[in-house]
Amino acid sequence: MLSLTIKEVSLALREGRISPTELCRKCLNRVKKTHHLNAYITVTEDLALKQAQEAETRLLQGTPRGLLDGIPFAVKDNFCTENVKTTCASRMLKDYIPPFNATVVQKLLDQGAVLIGKTNMDEFAMGSGSTDGAFGPVRNPWSYAAPYREQKGVEPQSDWVISGGSSGGSAVAVASLTSYLALGSDTGGSTRNPGSLCGVVALKPTYGLLSRHGLIPLVNSMDVPGIMTRSVNDAAVVLGVLQGLDVKDSTTIPAPPSFTELPEDFDVRNICVGIPKEYHAPGLSDETVAQWSRVADMFERAGARVEQVSLPHTQHSIVCYHVLCCAEVASNMARFDGLEYGHRSEVDSSTEAMYASTRHEGFNDVVRGRILSGNYFLLKQNYEHYFLKAQRVRRLITDDFRRVFRSGVDVLLTPATLTDATCYSDFTQEDNRTRSTQEDVFTQPVNMAGLPAVSVPTSLSRRGLPIGLQLIGPALQDNKLLSVARWIEQRVGFPSISDFGESSEPTKREQTSAV
Amino acid sequence: MAASCAAASELLHNVNKQIKLLFPKTSCVIRRISTTADRWDSPTQVKTKRSPQQLVGVVGLEIHAQIHSNTKLFSGSAVRFSSPPNSLVSFFDASLPGTLPVLNKRCVEAAVMTGLAFNCTINKKSLFDRKHYFYADLPAGYQITQQRRPIAVDGILTYSLLGGLKRNQVLKKTVRIKQVQLEQDSGKSLHDDLQSQTLIDLNRAGVGLMELVMEPDMSCGEEAAAAVRELQLILQALGTCQGNMSEGQLRVDANVSVHRPGEPLGVRTEVKNINSARYLARAIDYEIQRQIDVLQRGGTVQNETRAYDSKSGETIPMRDKEGLQDYRFMPEPNLPPLIVYEDNASLLPGADVCQAVVVHEIRERLPELPSVKRDRLVRTYGILPEHSFTLVNEEGLVEYFEAVLRETKKEPRKVIGWVTNELLGQLKQQDMSVSQSPISASALAELLELQETGRISSSVAKQVFQEMWTSSGKTAPQIIQEKDLGLVSDAEQLHNICQKVVDSNPDEVHAIRNGNKKVLNKLMGLVQKETKGRADPVLVRTILQEKTSS
Repeated sequence: MLSLTIKEVSLALREGRISPTELCRKCLNRVKKTHHLNAYITVTEDLALKQAQEAETRLLQGTPRGLLDGIPFAVKDNFCTENVKTTCASRMLKDYIPPFNATVVQKLLDQGAVLIGKTNMDEFAMGSGSTDGAFGPVRNPWSYAAPYREQKGVEPQSDWVISGGSSGGSAVAVASLTSYLALGSDTGGSTRNPGSLCGVVALKPTYGLLSRHGLIPLVNSMDVPGIMTRSVNDAAVVLGVLQGLDVKDSTTIPAPPSFTELPEDFDVRNICVGIPKEYHAPGLSDETVAQWSRVADMFERAGARVEQVSLPHTQHSIVCYHVLCCAEVASNMARFDGLEYGHRSEVDSSTEAMYASTRHEGFNDVVRGRILSGNYFLLKQNYEHYFLKAQRVRRLITDDFRRVFRSGVDVLLTPATLTDATCYSDFTQEDNRTRSTQEDVFTQPVNMAGLPAVSVPTSLSRRGLPIGLQLIGPALQDNKLLSVARWIEQRVGFPSISDFGESSEPTKREQTSAV
Repeated sequence: MAASCAAASELLHNVNKQIKLLFPKTSCVIRRISTTADRWDSPTQVKTKRSPQQLVGVVGLEIHAQIHSNTKLFSGSAVRFSSPPNSLVSFFDASLPGTLPVLNKRCVEAAVMTGLAFNCTINKKSLFDRKHYFYADLPAGYQITQQRRPIAVDGILTYSLLGGLKRNQVLKKTVRIKQVQLEQDSGKSLHDDLQSQTLIDLNRAGVGLMELVMEPDMSCGEEAAAAVRELQLILQALGTCQGNMSEGQLRVDANVSVHRPGEPLGVRTEVKNINSARYLARAIDYEIQRQIDVLQRGGTVQNETRAYDSKSGETIPMRDKEGLQDYRFMPEPNLPPLIVYEDNASLLPGADVCQAVVVHEIRERLPELPSVKRDRLVRTYGILPEHSFTLVNEEGLVEYFEAVLRETKKEPRKVIGWVTNELLGQLKQQDMSVSQSPISASALAELLELQETGRISSSVAKQVFQEMWTSSGKTAPQIIQEKDLGLVSDAEQLHNICQKVVDSNPDEVHAIRNGNKKVLNKLMGLVQKETKGRADPVLVRTILQEKTSS
């Protein structure tokens, strides 16, 4: 039951094969069972059961609110949830309880969906491994599934792999079958990266299509709420619920007229698939290249036009992102001064001393480092040289995409990550900044341009870990993008984690740096 | 320039509540050459010719005008003065993470209307920026403002000073308005030094402000004060700002420097903490003199922010503003460019008509501006220009004046004195507004009509006015009857009185008979004295002429 898609479980609820409260309990039990994955910062057990009970009443009365009524979901801990702790995996907000719901959360609740909990992440979404949060790293559930465990020489207790990030907790919640859908956020790939590493569908919609109201920002001009599900169809269902104008977010746009259902048999003969040559990046694994070619061939064989295209400015994207991201981070983090909410230091010798120690104690060194760089980039003497220049490069990157799509390309097919998931012990050999630079290389240019993109799992690697590919579409073509993604999904036969039996808690819990 | 500075401050002196009591009659020029000791109390006596090498002041202003709106610039919280602390604070105002700004259309319209009133170019596309600094009453750590592209630019403000020996010469001056930009107000900090605590009230945080930047086209405190007064009147006429300086609805910072005419501008200081037009003039003049003194002692003026201390009348450096601030400006990413439309035809397809700000519609709604109103008053009623200033400067006085005129046949030029001297004098003395006057416009009209029709003399009319002021509710006829103040026109009674006067002043009678007809007026005065001013002057004159003719 837990491994079903939203569509399937929704049908089961309607047909009375399972009740919302039963379903909710199953998920909560599963959360407990997979506690070692550290996917959740807060589990909202009581609230979930109450919501499930209400959904049950509606279903019994035959008046469900929609497809999502009674469906358990998880939310990354950087979306505000009314009366539920929202920490951003930071000491700064470790006890922060927002007085309102993010618009996207509210929309799911309005549909009757049942909030299971708030998921773990990198502190303030700064990272690509979900290893740099105040509540310890997130573990990839595939670390404990047979294909990985049964390799020679693997010690699951110590050789577990990362979930990817920064929305690692949300990806794991969906992959480890504790939630049917999860909200992530995507600024440079934070939804697609863990989605790909954990083998779930991860959609980054067009910028402005989903409200950011209540999403604690990383980079306002690139942040988008992300959708993580077990199937492309489910992602389309959730997108349909969440998209649209929000008066509380002035950067939202009205949703384009869309079809409610993705076509069962999408005809790829009329589409042109672009393969950006610059995405053959250094460090790209053979296996990922193989998957990339495999799917490209699949399109070609099915009659689609597959063309090599060029996005010449993509190579500058990461550097450019670094400047823009740090600048906005420096600005966005300025509000955390310990006065109105959040952590406040004991130091009270002066207001300035209180600010300084509050911020030192509250933020990890990744956050502090970005604030420092960002303030440097924004100094009057540097603004032109860094910020403005980065904005100009951003425009060039956007123009690259625009030109390619105008030339007749419908979607771009690219890798989502360089390799399958890395062992935690290897991943932490490099610092956060280096890792972010490496890991976001395929996903990040999309955020610069505000385009929709989705990562779809295609196969397991030789190590038994998911590999995913990314599809990028023109702005507001989210549904078409998902139609193509579904076409891939139908053909690659990616397995469910449940096919390999229950993953179990490791016998001995490894001590982590969790606080 | 010198003339205008030397020109009296009478205009302001007469009409501005806030500066009426203490505004010194000292001229700018005098102040420049006076010593510190007598700077504030030396009356204007001498005008000194300025040599070309003399240092003169250069003044620019930055004005923050709180937009008169129901809700804040980017949130739905109410805008109200003196509400309980932190009772008007939305999640956004408190900078709760995840909240986003939503622009208030009313504030945009107010800024456009204000820009139009100053003949600004309205930018069809303007942008918002973040200005960063850490301060306890700035919850987000940045202020949203319009640094790169403000909503209105390149305007002009025309204001007037009264000059000339009798201070009845209207001198028109202009100051360029560089820009009008929308921005957020900050909260308020209250420092409790005893407990070394800072208390913060966020009620004001996020209230919409229009920052108006005036170019350094002024040369002294008086000009600046007159410009600000005119601005205040315009904003009040538009309804875009209530303009009360003491409540902080209008806040003025002055950029002051000195130089020798023809040479580049000197290093400037910014003078803050000025909460009335009177203090503005004083602070600027003090600062000009201070800079001149510094330079004349061979020192250099520091580029710094100084606060005006109204008690000592001095400007002092602000310690917490020491050092150069780098505000690390950045585009506000949560607000798309602000687009305003010239007319409905230029609306983008798909644009929401209800949400759109249309310049043409706002231009149609522009009310009569103070300068236009003054011209109209002078033209229509034939009153003196300085009277038109007095009328327009006092809220409700034009309406009062025109209401009186509607109910009396008395000439406007005769009514104006009653309104600007008797009425306004009483109001000022008791610190009352026109709407609080115990004598209504029609009551005054009734009184003036009695005088006009010869029922009472003008001196009695003034007496009745005083009675009406203190015994509110009583009409002029009632008072005249009660006090028996009506004109004596009984011929026999007047004959007797006149005879008595003629008999006891033989010398005067003789003079008249010898052809000095002017002496008749003296006799008339004596008759009026006898009758306490109640004698019908026409009748008295006839009788006296009769009795003094040989």
